[in-house]
Amino acid sequence: MRPKIVARNVVKTYKSKDGDILAIDDFSLEVAEGEFVCIVGPSGCGKSTFLRILAGLTPLTAGTVDIARDAKAQKPLNSMVFQEYAIYPWKTVRDNVAFGLEMRGVSKHTRYVIAEDWLKRVGLLKFANYYPHQLSGGMKQRVSIARALANDPEVLLMDEPLGALDAQMRTVLQGELLNLWEIDRKTVVYITHSIDEAILLGDRVIVMTAHPGKIKMEFTIEIPRPRMIETMSTPEFALQKGIIWEALKDEVARVYGEQL
Amino acid sequence: MSSYSSLAEAVRRLVLKQTVREILFTVIIAVVLNGVALGLHVWRDYWEPVLLINFVLLVVVAESVGELVPIRFKPLYDRALAFGFPAIILLCWEGLVNAGVLNARWFPAPSSILEALWDLTVNYDRFNKSSLLGRPWLIPQEWNSNGMDGIKALFRESHVYATLSRVMLGFTFGSLPGILIGMAMGMNATVRNMLDMTLSALYVLPKIAIFPIMMLLFPDPFGEGPKIAVVAISAFFLVTISTMAGVQQIDPVLIQAGRNYGANRWQMFRHVILPGALPMIFSGLRLALGTGLIVIVAIEFVRAKIGVGRVILYYWEILSTAKMYAGLFVTMILGVTLTYGLQLIERLVIPWQRK
Ligand SMILES: Nc1ncnc2c1ncn2[C@@H]1O[C@H](COP(=O)(O)OP(=O)(O)OP(=O)(O)O)[C@@H](O)[C@H]1O
Ligand SMILES: [Mg+2]
Repeated sequence: MRPKIVARNVVKTYKSKDGDILAIDDFSLEVAEGEFVCIVGPSGCGKSTFLRILAGLTPLTAGTVDIARDAKAQKPLNSMVFQEYAIYPWKTVRDNVAFGLEMRGVSKHTRYVIAEDWLKRVGLLKFANYYPHQLSGGMKQRVSIARALANDPEVLLMDEPLGALDAQMRTVLQGELLNLWEIDRKTVVYITHSIDEAILLGDRVIVMTAHPGKIKMEFTIEIPRPRMIETMSTPEFALQKGIIWEALKDEVARVYGEQL
Repeated sequence: MSSYSSLAEAVRRLVLKQTVREILFTVIIAVVLNGVALGLHVWRDYWEPVLLINFVLLVVVAESVGELVPIRFKPLYDRALAFGFPAIILLCWEGLVNAGVLNARWFPAPSSILEALWDLTVNYDRFNKSSLLGRPWLIPQEWNSNGMDGIKALFRESHVYATLSRVMLGFTFGSLPGILIGMAMGMNATVRNMLDMTLSALYVLPKIAIFPIMMLLFPDPFGEGPKIAVVAISAFFLVTISTMAGVQQIDPVLIQAGRNYGANRWQMFRHVILPGALPMIFSGLRLALGTGLIVIVAIEFVRAKIGVGRVILYYWEILSTAKMYAGLFVTMILGVTLTYGLQLIERLVIPWQRK
């Protein structure tokens, strides 16, 4: 079967006054239909850049990226959860969540029903009429997640979607994400800096090298589904975590070494 | 628990007592200081530093009193300070004129300014064929005898109406194209490159300086056209430049999100660019309105038969200073009213603004 996402030899350089910055160097990735792929890597290695390239928001310098469109599905191709939330200060929480639907011309009534359903699932229904400046960072991030899920795309691109949440809320939403994903098994590319989260959610975990970002190693997570939060306390989980940390720690050390 | 709260109560009492003592102490210092200063003619010879010291003492007292005011009444007290301070200034002014320290010829007492204002409001100036407000109480009578023409004539004799309509028309004719062109400059680099430098250069030109050009351009150089045009041009530059800045400061990630969620060009404008730029557009509008009033008063000094600027200058010319101050007061009221009106509109249009 043809993979859903194919990225081949992607290179990205940013132009700047002090010469070019090589953000991504020769990055190739295939994601199957319905696969949940997690990418971990040290800060500044080009994870967000790669996701933006997948979303078609940033032009690439060399290489190719292709997402196979399902003509029958009549859905938006991809929706992104931005690391910076990118929700609109001038829209209420409800209108922010309904944003993608509104852009596609879904009637007000229908899109509000859908938006409120998602707000309920991320625990923000009470805040539907609030403006973002009245929310905490974690609440804004949940609005951003709800906006992407409400848009029901073929591919979900999530850039550290739980990054701003406290540990408890994070655990709750990890569990919620697992449940949601089990329902329709969407294709997901998920960036996180938590190895735990990557193993818990992913079918595959990609470890990137420090700047410029390349694939350092790839792990297939064999832990059977459906997984739950309790899966994190199994011995096989701990084993998997040890192996991945072994691959990642040199890269993290390199980043800090360079910065010192 | 109860011992804790009684302790807190005791501390509060102590602080209160101390504050009251502080206030009394400051007031005594102020009285003694001023008495001595008065006696030794320091007030007369070095009034600036003494005034400054008095102001500082006043602030100290006001702040201590603020500590005594219960939280519930704090907003009320703040408001009382805002209105009380100018009231004190006006009272001092009145007192100094009555005592003969200030010359009533150049600094007429607030009470006589108020009297002059009343005089200007209710009376028709036969010589200039004008009145301050256009005598609105005559409207029914004029309507019955002369119909619409009568009412128009009343408006035409009104200084306030003349100034207000010039400002509003100029503001509107300048701001609307300003918003459009500012938007275009913000969104399109080519338009920006073509216009930015020229606009910035013209922007620093004092707008009153182009009044002669406007008088050449209009068929009736002494009519309303050139005056409104100058206000419009001043508003245009301010609004254009702040609109452009407003568009440019929109976080790029919000535009990326718009693209990712499928916004077309129109939707991007309607849902992302326009609301994102609105706060800056409004700060441009606020500046434009204030500048418009300044410009129109200046123009009315130079060349106008009617308008509040004309009122100020005319009564200066005939040395009727109380009426001149009344004209200044009216200008101030106009400025405050216009700014407040715009603020109301802003609150309606930008409901997401944090308060
Ligand atoms: N718009 C840009 N212009 C210039 N350089 C950029 C730009 N965006 C990112 N970079 C550079 O590209 C590199 C990768 O950035 P990116 O945001 O993709 O990192 P990241 O892996 O997402 O990091 P983090 O985990 O901290 O979010 C960084 O060195 C950054 O300085
Ligand atoms: Mg990032």
